Amino acid sequence: MTSRGHAAMNEIRVPIASDADAVTARQHGREAALRIGLSRSEATFVATAISEIARNVTTHAGSGEIVIHEVRDGERVGIVVIAHDEGPGIADVGAVLASDYASTAGLGLGLWGARQLMDDLEITSEPGKGTTVTMRKWSGMGVLGIDLDNHGS
Amino acid sequence: MTVSILKQREYLIASIQSNLTDTEVVALRDALIAEVIRHRARGVIVDVALLDVIDSFVSRSLTTVARTNRMRGARTVVVGIQPAVAAAMSQFGLQLDGIETALDLEAGLELLDA
Repeated sequence: MTSRGHAAMNEIRVPIASDADAVTARQHGREAALRIGLSRSEATFVATAISEIARNVTTHAGSGEIVIHEVRDGERVGIVVIAHDEGPGIADVGAVLASDYASTAGLGLGLWGARQLMDDLEITSEPGKGTTVTMRKWSGMGVLGIDLDNHGS
Repeated sequence: MTVSILKQREYLIASIQSNLTDTEVVALRDALIAEVIRHRARGVIVDVALLDVIDSFVSRSLTTVARTNRMRGARTVVVGIQPAVAAAMSQFGLQLDGIETALDLEAGLELLDA
């Protein structure tokens, strides 16, 4: 998916070294998503996906960073979340994303879930060289085709 | 403490007051199992209405609580899942195996009484 356009919102950088940082990152992600113009439901999807990839950072690499920024493509606005670490990396990225839910565990489950929740997700990784996960969610794509935001809480 | 656990008749009611770190989720999981044993409770209701995110870790922990409590003859009911959180869990494919759900605390108590 294209990521042309310029970021209008200031980039948010959250260092990830503990599970408390993961909570901070997902809160920033939710707030940024709402500010950019995503719905409350879409923001919840983003926050949940961030929770998963932040856990992967602390569990598999110890520490890293999550960067959040806005993306525009014509009329569309969206949010980009990038998680980067200098950990051991993933030998077979394709296998992680290709696996089905039942066979995933640990690292795979979090990435798999994040991909279901976001509009797209890509992984760049090499053994020994860390991992970068980049994922996007656009406004107006809806969630399950339902307007959940007008049904109370 | 971000979670309060109260005893009401033969049930325990755990209300989560804020979003939890994984460490706090583990503490909650262990407390829910230990308190059910200690009080010989027949059911536990976990109110998650204030949780903005229920991810794989929270789901797995709640499932562990339900599975363990079932061995003690106690039921586990999760109440108050926000609509957007329910949609996210569904899209993710997260399943609360062995867990009963209800709309709110009152409905949860009715479910346990039924």
